[in-house]
Amino acid sequence: MNLDRRLLLLVKQYPLPFIASVVLGTLGGIMLIGQASLLSWIIDTIFLKNAGSQDILKLLGFFTLFSVLRAAFNWASESEANRGTLKIKQQLHDRLLEKISALGPHYTGSMQSGKLSVKILKGVESLDPYFSQYIPQLALSFLLPLAILIVVFPADTLSGLILLVTAPLIPLFMILIGKAAKKVTAKQWKTLSRMSGNFLDALQGLTTLKLFGKSRERAQSISEISEAFRHTTMKVLKVAFLSSLTLELVGTIGTAIIAVEIGLRLWAGDIAFQAAFFILLLTPDFYLPLRQLGIKFHAGMEGAGAADEIFNLLDKPEPGKQTDPAPSLVQRFSEKPILFDNVGFSYTGSIPYALKNIRCTIEPGCTTAITGPSGAGKTTFINMLLRFIEPQEGSIMFGNANLQNINRELWLQGVSWVPQHPYLFNATLRENLLLANRNASEDELMDAIEYSRLSPFIHSLPQGLDTPIGEQGARISGGEAQRLSLARAFIKDSPVLVLDEPTSHTDPVLEKELLDAMQRLIRGKTAVIVAHRLSTIKNADHILVFDKGRVVQSGTHLSLIEQKGFYRNALRTYQEDTAG
Amino acid sequence: MREIIRLLRIVRPYYWWMLFAAFLGFATIGSGIGLLISSAYILAKAALHPSFQELQLGIAGVRLFGVARGVLRYIERLVSHNTTFKILSRLRVWFYKSVEPLAPARLLQYKSGDLLQRITGDIDTLENLYARVVAPPLTAVMISVLLWVFMGSFSITFSIVLFCFHAAAAAGIPFLTGYLNRGTASQISATQTELQTKTLDCIQGIGDLMLFNRLDEHVKTLHALKSRELKLQRKQALIQRSHESLTGLLMNAAVFALLWVLAPQVSTGAVNGVYTAVIIIAVMASFEAFLPLPDAVQHLEANATAGKRLFEIVDAQPAVTVPESPEPFPESHSIRFQNVSFSYPGTYSAALSNISFTVAEGEKIAIVGPSGAGKSTITSLLLRFWEPLQGSISIGDRNIDRLDPEAIRTNIGLVSQKTYLFGETIRKNLLLAKPDASDGELKDALKSAGLESFAARLDQWAGQHGMNLSGGERQRMAIARVLLQDTPVIILDEATANLDIITGKSVMQQLLKLRGKEQAKTLLVITHRLKDMAQFDRILVLDNGEIREQGSHHDLLKNGGLYASMWSLQHRISPPELINNS
Repeated sequence: MNLDRRLLLLVKQYPLPFIASVVLGTLGGIMLIGQASLLSWIIDTIFLKNAGSQDILKLLGFFTLFSVLRAAFNWASESEANRGTLKIKQQLHDRLLEKISALGPHYTGSMQSGKLSVKILKGVESLDPYFSQYIPQLALSFLLPLAILIVVFPADTLSGLILLVTAPLIPLFMILIGKAAKKVTAKQWKTLSRMSGNFLDALQGLTTLKLFGKSRERAQSISEISEAFRHTTMKVLKVAFLSSLTLELVGTIGTAIIAVEIGLRLWAGDIAFQAAFFILLLTPDFYLPLRQLGIKFHAGMEGAGAADEIFNLLDKPEPGKQTDPAPSLVQRFSEKPILFDNVGFSYTGSIPYALKNIRCTIEPGCTTAITGPSGAGKTTFINMLLRFIEPQEGSIMFGNANLQNINRELWLQGVSWVPQHPYLFNATLRENLLLANRNASEDELMDAIEYSRLSPFIHSLPQGLDTPIGEQGARISGGEAQRLSLARAFIKDSPVLVLDEPTSHTDPVLEKELLDAMQRLIRGKTAVIVAHRLSTIKNADHILVFDKGRVVQSGTHLSLIEQKGFYRNALRTYQEDTAG
Repeated sequence: MREIIRLLRIVRPYYWWMLFAAFLGFATIGSGIGLLISSAYILAKAALHPSFQELQLGIAGVRLFGVARGVLRYIERLVSHNTTFKILSRLRVWFYKSVEPLAPARLLQYKSGDLLQRITGDIDTLENLYARVVAPPLTAVMISVLLWVFMGSFSITFSIVLFCFHAAAAAGIPFLTGYLNRGTASQISATQTELQTKTLDCIQGIGDLMLFNRLDEHVKTLHALKSRELKLQRKQALIQRSHESLTGLLMNAAVFALLWVLAPQVSTGAVNGVYTAVIIIAVMASFEAFLPLPDAVQHLEANATAGKRLFEIVDAQPAVTVPESPEPFPESHSIRFQNVSFSYPGTYSAALSNISFTVAEGEKIAIVGPSGAGKSTITSLLLRFWEPLQGSISIGDRNIDRLDPEAIRTNIGLVSQKTYLFGETIRKNLLLAKPDASDGELKDALKSAGLESFAARLDQWAGQHGMNLSGGERQRMAIARVLLQDTPVIILDEATANLDIITGKSVMQQLLKLRGKEQAKTLLVITHRLKDMAQFDRILVLDNGEIREQGSHHDLLKNGGLYASMWSLQHRISPPELINNS
């Protein structure tokens, strides 16, 4: 559907404020006509009848009344438009949030779409001018000139005709020039964002520039790029501003023609001064709404660019919702196996598959290690256990029940997740830990901290557990984040655990601590570990070897080293390396 | 306000441009007034049915001003945009030049991209400095003076009356709305910041929120924050949107007042009645210049806030002082740390305490130790990113604080864990290291760094808007750059951490073999993975900012100290006895 229609559809959901805005704006216009009429009357009285202040008192009284009413109507009109716009913004924001939560981590997980979602939510604000200014003006730019025409025609037909004939010139020129300008402006925005990006690039890469002794000369290139930008932009603007020149000229020349035309007829005695002056007063206000439409159209369109992305996100298909209640699910976790039955999944919805024909069983109370080269489908497998995505082919059975029919929230109550790069919230350490279980006692909290070896870190902070973390607070290293995530898992104490084994970015001492904590956590539970280390893999009850989206081998360490295949080959390379 | 003055001082070279553009703005509005005055004059004259010649003046005026207004508006828009771009360009260069000496030490706190983005956003805000802040009051004053003179030609009373209303429009309305809206803007921006952080939390932490069953709750919080923001926006809008109506009301009040003082003067004949319409229409038209003023106050605030944030960054003292007349860079590249101590500002513990060691030219040294031991701090001090608190560092027996930091950096190449690639082509990213390198050299360097596949893609874009390079590819780009840079000293700070085992090994072998023209290069390798350690001449073992041991791999193993325990720990996690089992 075209963009304007979709945006207008939003207006249709809350039509009242916008209708009120237009009605009030029109009333304001009528007051303006009243004012012009009074003013021409007053001046006629002073000028031609030589009246004193006392004689015009009553007229001035009405003039004041109309002025106040006009100000009030115009203000109320804006206020109503604002009210409607806020409603639309709130509703869009809510719908986007709902959509993002429905799409889940599978969508927001990738860096790009995560950043995009934040941008889109912010983008709701940029739609403001479209609704609060452009939409009401669309109606007013028709109604206000119409109201003026209605009073001008009876007063003087020729002037009315001149106005009627010149008025369409404005939208006509606007469309003609607008089309040419639109292309140019779109290109311009690109260069603008590119330039802004270039500057950001220089700031972000300042250290690198320094390393190569190039930081000082970069100032020159920033200046050159800005200058080049200025030159090309000015060239574009010379054309683009022609539109405003034409529109301005239609308005001023229209006024000039009316002035001369009624002036000459007044001179010839065909029209009275009062009527002539009345028309002159109204002429600039006749063209004004039409010219404003152009300005407000541009203001609205600048923001409406965000609408594309908003609607794209809203149109994304959601995974199906599960409603089947499964009350005592958590108790049954320790009894039933999770069975992957011929499961397939592809991210693009077509080949190549991320997972294909997966058949395997995760036994309760056992540790299952998952291994294989990167891109083999390990993460996809994990995402399915976490219900971030659902199988497109085959099914996952939990005992006798199809996992897809089990309520996701209920399922996740029994699952803990320790990812490779855990996300920490912009809150205190305590709040970050208690996220796992708000009702955890202080003892449970302390135990979890102890088990995950967080205490030395927490003691090193002056505010201890109440230290805020994130952008404004303390910086957390990758290792510390992983320990925090482990502590959360200790606090949640769920029967099923999904873990990413920490990689080798930390130093050996730390690494050992983390692995020990992990071992303690998985004792006696159903654990699925994406493992990199031989020791972890070796100790697992069951090993699944993934390659190119399939489970190519499964068994225990001892059974796998007997077989020819991926596992044995990988083991050999690994050992050669540690030997060297 | 102080910020605005400081900002204006930076753009001083463009004062004349600004004045010129403001004058054009004045002429545009002036033509509008002229058009209406002439029109009113024609009508008033015509009403008295004089000879046709008497109307000529008015008709000429109408023609002139009718065309002039459009043309002047066009020129004014071009000139003011041109001025704006010039100002923006100057501000960018000014900011870059001021921030350059501060990097990287003083910019550490702005490390995250979002904060840097906020800085560029602040500079973009200053785009309005001229067109929205400086120009409107200038134009309004000029129009006011013009009207003052025009009214004064009839009666000084008219001038005084009109002046009162102009003053009210220029100062009264902005003051009133500013007063009513005080604090709202900062409340809105505080709410927005909170909303932004919480949104980021929600999106990036959505997995955790789902697992902990907190997603609904979090979404509700976001909803509440958004409605709070919108409520504040409504308050702000209701007041802001009254500007136009209030200015209109003041215009009508001015018309009222002038009619009141004008009528008796016309009836007594002190003022020719023909001018009644002319005077009133001039008064009405003059208020066009006052319409943008209330907004100017808001933009003034926004610009001041943006300026303040920029000045806060710029006003920091550089972490390192650059000698005014640096000594020539020494021939020898031996490095010596003597009793060097250092701690980062705002931290409680020392990053390095009393470190002394030497590296002879051509030596291959490994620096190992647990994370946080101070390994990377050694690099930062040597490259003059920070200044040691105590002790001295020398290269070729010359204290580095007497050398040009740029000369030091062109003699010491660094590959660190984080590699920044610019939003330019692969070629340009490489040429940074050696501007006159031929394509052949670039390809060789890429090959040595294990990036043969990039040799055919020199013209492809990297960095933002470019290819998405993995951590390993970035690191290899950095290695290629250092190979091109061909410095006598090379520091590798966890340079192969993101590479797979085989590539990492071969790249490291290449680097170890590197030779300069006369002798082998000096190599400092910082690592926590104890791998292939026998190939180093010496190993420095750092712990808690102190050198605990140093010596060759075998000596250190024999000593049975920290190094030996680190070694055994790393090999216990992947026990070597498995080799025999399989």
